[in-house]
Amino acid sequence: MAKPMEKITWQELEAGSVVTEIGNARQYETGSWRSERPVVEAKQCIKCGVCWLFCPDSCIVKAPDGHFEADLTYCKGCGICAKECPVGCITMISEEG
Amino acid sequence: MATQRKGIEVSIAMADAVAQANVDVIAAYPITPQTHIVEHLSEIVANGELDAEYVPVESEHSAMSVCCGSSAVGARTFTSTSSQGLALMAEIFYIAASMRLPMVMALANRSLSGPLSIWNDHTDTMMVRDAGWIHIFVENGQECYDNVFCGFRISEDPDIMLPLAINLDGFILTHMIEPVIYEDNETIRKYLPDVRMKNALHPDNPVSMGCFAMPEIYTEAQMSREHGVRNSYPTIVKAWQEWGDLTGRYYKPVETYRADDADYCIVTMGSYGETAMEVVDALREEGEKVGVVKIRLWRPFPFDDFRKAVLGKKSLIVIDRAISFGGPGGPVASELRSALYGKPGAPTIVNYVAGLAGRDVSRNDFKNIILEGKAKAEKGETDGFTLYGLRG
Repeated sequence: MAKPMEKITWQELEAGSVVTEIGNARQYETGSWRSERPVVEAKQCIKCGVCWLFCPDSCIVKAPDGHFEADLTYCKGCGICAKECPVGCITMISEEG
Repeated sequence: MATQRKGIEVSIAMADAVAQANVDVIAAYPITPQTHIVEHLSEIVANGELDAEYVPVESEHSAMSVCCGSSAVGARTFTSTSSQGLALMAEIFYIAASMRLPMVMALANRSLSGPLSIWNDHTDTMMVRDAGWIHIFVENGQECYDNVFCGFRISEDPDIMLPLAINLDGFILTHMIEPVIYEDNETIRKYLPDVRMKNALHPDNPVSMGCFAMPEIYTEAQMSREHGVRNSYPTIVKAWQEWGDLTGRYYKPVETYRADDADYCIVTMGSYGETAMEVVDALREEGEKVGVVKIRLWRPFPFDDFRKAVLGKKSLIVIDRAISFGGPGGPVASELRSALYGKPGAPTIVNYVAGLAGRDVSRNDFKNIILEGKAKAEKGETDGFTLYGLRG
């Protein structure tokens, strides 16, 4: 999005609302939807990448030391990573807590 | 420029026109009374006479989905359906319009269940009136044939990019053998350029289509669609004008017959226009100042043409072939009342619903409707609608 969604006029939309800018979903920050956030116990992480594979939002990134964690700008807090982690090193923590 | 005049079933002529338009993809599921159109096309493709993909899908929902896909890559796309098939397609029918995917559909108008019926009326097309397609109504076999070319030309125009439905009356047109003038392929090529889509799916120019939209942008997307449909009007008129210049057969959004000095006009859509003209001729002999107004372009609705044709008349007798249950009348009459509301010189409207599920409406019935409608108008009985020929 060349400009934020709420600023786009109808005349600026492509016919059929076709999106011509590649990868602009990145500009839509969905982290504010979250009520719980995943917290990774890096020491326990076996770096298998299962969380990365399962994340429906592709928001899991690899940290410099090789373990995985969620990018909270996009993470919606669905908890799938915590459910799927084979060693149970991801815990969902309430955002309000 | 060579033309050929043939006595031919209208469905076959329409299929021949689709082949002459050099269509790339046909995806359809057979349903009465549209069947002969797609059957003949499947034969043409199977015989190797047309280099196209004929996709024999398992349902109409899939037919329209295939059409969306083929249109999205810039392929010339055709489908055809009727009634329950259209109902099953409805979900993707809306999506084709919202994604601005050009394609032409022969919509062989048939009543919707129930009771189950295979015969003609306009209940199927009225169900999708608001989907954002361009809707044309045709009156005879020649108009079916001609409007296939005009339809592709309009639908695929880079300024338009909208799916287009050619509404033809099931059985009354689809199964009728009529004289149809075929144009030669050279004329068609001159008239109908190749598809040139700005945002067709292609690896060299990646785009995303059919994306999700938040409330912050949905309203703007709808306005863009509204503008697209409304703004297609001048292109439609131009496409018909140029077809007329090539072939001598001109089409207009609203057409009139002996209406200039008429006090009362009967308003029709589709094949009823022909019978109405004959009956008006007969009534003129008897001294009745009556005329015919035919709505050819249903979406975008041609407000100016319609008002120009009818303002100053005493009354319009509008024939609908669908009911809006519990509503103000037939969908056509409701729209015409709305188009005229508050306009100086607006005629009153008497609304008849007739010909449901193919019940025959003969010349004599048209005469009754016009004369009875005129009498109702004179008495000021212009509310609601009358179901013509209803027992009980």
